[in-house]
Amino acid sequence: MSQLSPFDLARDAGRHTHHFHGGLKLRHNKRISCQTPVERPPLPDILVVPLLQQAGDIARPLVEAGDLVLKGQQIGHCQNCVAVHAPTSGTVEAVEDRLMTHASGMTGLCVIIRPDGKDQWTRLEPLDHIADISPARLARQLQECGLAGLGGAVFPTHAKTLDGHQRQVHTLILNGAECEPYISCDEMLMREQPGKIILGARILRRALGAERVVIAIEDQMGAVHQALAYAADCAECTQITVVKVTTIYPEGGERQLIKVLTGLEVPLGGRPSDLGLVCQNVATAAAVAEAVSEGKPLIERYITVTGNGISRPRNLLALIGTPFYHLVDACGGYTGNVARLVVGGPMMGYPVSSDATPVVKAVNCILALTDKDIAAPQAEMPCIRCGECSRACPATLLPQQLHLQVNNGLWDEAEEYGLLACIECGCCDFVCPSHIPLVSWFRHGKDMLRQRADEAQATTLARQRFEAREVRLLRKKQARAEKMAKRKQMLQQKTATAQQTGKSAKGPEDA
Amino acid sequence: MRSFQTSNAPHMPQQISVAKVMLQVLLALVPGILAYTWYFGPGILVQILLATVFALLIEALFLRMRGRPLKPFIDDYSAVVTAVLFALCVPPLAPWWISLVGMLFAIGFAKHLYGGLGQNVFNPAMVGYVVVLISFPQAMTAWLPPVTLAEHSIGILDSLQVIFTGQVPIAGSWDAITQATPLDTLKTGIDSGRMISEIRQSPLFGDFGGLGWEWIANWFALGGIFLLYKRVISWQVPAAIIGSVILLSLPLWLADPDSSPFPLQHVFSGALVLAAFFIATDPVSGCVSPRGRLVFGAGVAVITLVIRRWGGYPDGVAFAVLLMNMAAPLIDRYTRPRIYGEKPDGRDKKNE
Repeated sequence: MSQLSPFDLARDAGRHTHHFHGGLKLRHNKRISCQTPVERPPLPDILVVPLLQQAGDIARPLVEAGDLVLKGQQIGHCQNCVAVHAPTSGTVEAVEDRLMTHASGMTGLCVIIRPDGKDQWTRLEPLDHIADISPARLARQLQECGLAGLGGAVFPTHAKTLDGHQRQVHTLILNGAECEPYISCDEMLMREQPGKIILGARILRRALGAERVVIAIEDQMGAVHQALAYAADCAECTQITVVKVTTIYPEGGERQLIKVLTGLEVPLGGRPSDLGLVCQNVATAAAVAEAVSEGKPLIERYITVTGNGISRPRNLLALIGTPFYHLVDACGGYTGNVARLVVGGPMMGYPVSSDATPVVKAVNCILALTDKDIAAPQAEMPCIRCGECSRACPATLLPQQLHLQVNNGLWDEAEEYGLLACIECGCCDFVCPSHIPLVSWFRHGKDMLRQRADEAQATTLARQRFEAREVRLLRKKQARAEKMAKRKQMLQQKTATAQQTGKSAKGPEDA
Repeated sequence: MRSFQTSNAPHMPQQISVAKVMLQVLLALVPGILAYTWYFGPGILVQILLATVFALLIEALFLRMRGRPLKPFIDDYSAVVTAVLFALCVPPLAPWWISLVGMLFAIGFAKHLYGGLGQNVFNPAMVGYVVVLISFPQAMTAWLPPVTLAEHSIGILDSLQVIFTGQVPIAGSWDAITQATPLDTLKTGIDSGRMISEIRQSPLFGDFGGLGWEWIANWFALGGIFLLYKRVISWQVPAAIIGSVILLSLPLWLADPDSSPFPLQHVFSGALVLAAFFIATDPVSGCVSPRGRLVFGAGVAVITLVIRRWGGYPDGVAFAVLLMNMAAPLIDRYTRPRIYGEKPDGRDKKNE
């Protein structure tokens, strides 16, 4: 084994599974939302489409109040990120700041659309000849169709694809290991749309120039394996493997999944493509298939609406921009005393203050929790360094030490102890007997480290600018001195010759 | 449209709390305490009660002086754990003020002067124990023989009388009721040039360690295994302590069985098993990394053996734990686990 390079090992992906450090076995609570087929809720009265749906740049609005838009029409353009589209046909009521779907509860520019009920499509431009699309053409199509990672990180799909192509990856991993409790939208998608996922996988594999596709699913997803295996049974589907991985949180995390499938670790500060791998969510693959074969932009996604606070938990195919309350109504409304409304799962999700928050590309689950689901907040106690957090940490960190360091502003130590490698999975929070909000501390610490790095960079730049200026001034001074010296010399020469001629000719002044 | 309260993740009830951890530790000590009572009479129960009362009073006093809320810290049972561990180290007939002084130094000085729960550098119970051991050597020799060997049985009332008044209930002297511990007997025996096989002829010795003591150690080990199963403690510290004691005493015993006890005698003597599972595993004053915990445990074992053989005290576990407490931060510095994605030498970040 020792002779094998990391690439060979990575090529072996999926033959055996490996383990990652830590993690938690959680009750997954997924069955409650998997009992009925996925439905499309009725058109909402209003759609609020944020122009910023991923980290990075905000899209520039292409419409203004009063404009008529068609379903799938581009309403936001972005040079460095992905486009935003109208989820249905209707009238633009306003382009204004609204509450965004974000942990911070900040506002941002949104396009507010009043649907006309006709749901009339704009003209779509599918790509033909799936077998011959160049990576650049595919990337343009994906960017135009607004494709971003649907696993939650919403990284622009075209950028990842181009990067993977340039770095000659050999394996595409499709992540169907939905490890957060309650969430079942990827499972339902894999059950209901396996063909689209396989088609998307083939398109992405071709664009990446990869040889193999490994689709990772959890061992508790009963029907999914068969559905995918059946869909992958075609002439063009060679080298597509479906692998069951043991259900343990957070193995759906990209780095943990790579460790499980290949036994390799993505280098600190590196990317999966360093190992010849690209990871995409299964839902992203399905959206790629739609974007290419139908030209359909990303305007809807599977969303789990679940929790004990929902009458009929289920998965919905929801339009981007739909307010949460509309989806909750489509599931029979709230039951009982809903104490918290969470976007995402109970481990990494964030609570929202209002159910008027709109669906964005990153939303995979709306979780309504009752008083019983969330125990009364317990008082925070001092850390007793029991080490449960480091046992649970999938990044093999020592959260108890990091907490101390962040708390005391020991930034160098925190960096040395790997604060930036924290994936914010929340395992340490969950097992902490002192109920310390560790991940919140770590987010703060990571912000501080980044800020510090930015400042350090700014200082370096300022120093370089200063030094360059000094050099420039010195050069100018030297040049001037040289020039002066030259002129002086010339003048001296001139006077010398003048004197000589004067002596010989006896100038009039001397006389 | 509805609005909701927001709060930090995780949005699931957490199962564990500091109080639960401490209660599990106390529960795990019960079999050992019962065995202790069985072999040495009810004096130990009085000591536990005394120490607990003083511990809670001093905890409350210092919390008040520090301006901290009483309830969450009194409710967390950490002071009770300290008290019980301290009481298990002192002689069953030690006078009542031994507990008071011990708890004052354990809870007041070692814990609260360093910043309270979670902040102490040294194991509080061991600080309290070492203070009384060094300051009051006479009072700390009031050990009893096992009930089966005792000429006079010391019941609960007798124990109370001795502990609170210092009056020996039976006509006679201290010497009539107290007895040197097996480790003490061993040390004085070796120092006076007798062979271990001779010394072990004394009825104080059992199969491995002292009569009675070895069975108490077994019950403590059982409690320790319960804590391991409950994941309250990690396996590294007990494994390193017991493993190192056996490994290090084996060559000494093989070389000179007349003056070196055999490995299992070391393990089952004194407070070693109690320390391995309950004292050196104190997370606050110990190491945090798994490898660090191995080093910590091995260090405790080495120092204990050195003191037992060459030191002035028959047992050295308390000193060993305190000395290793001092070394813990340094050990942690050099035993940080490899972070996911970090190269084995841990230098990749510096090169960037």
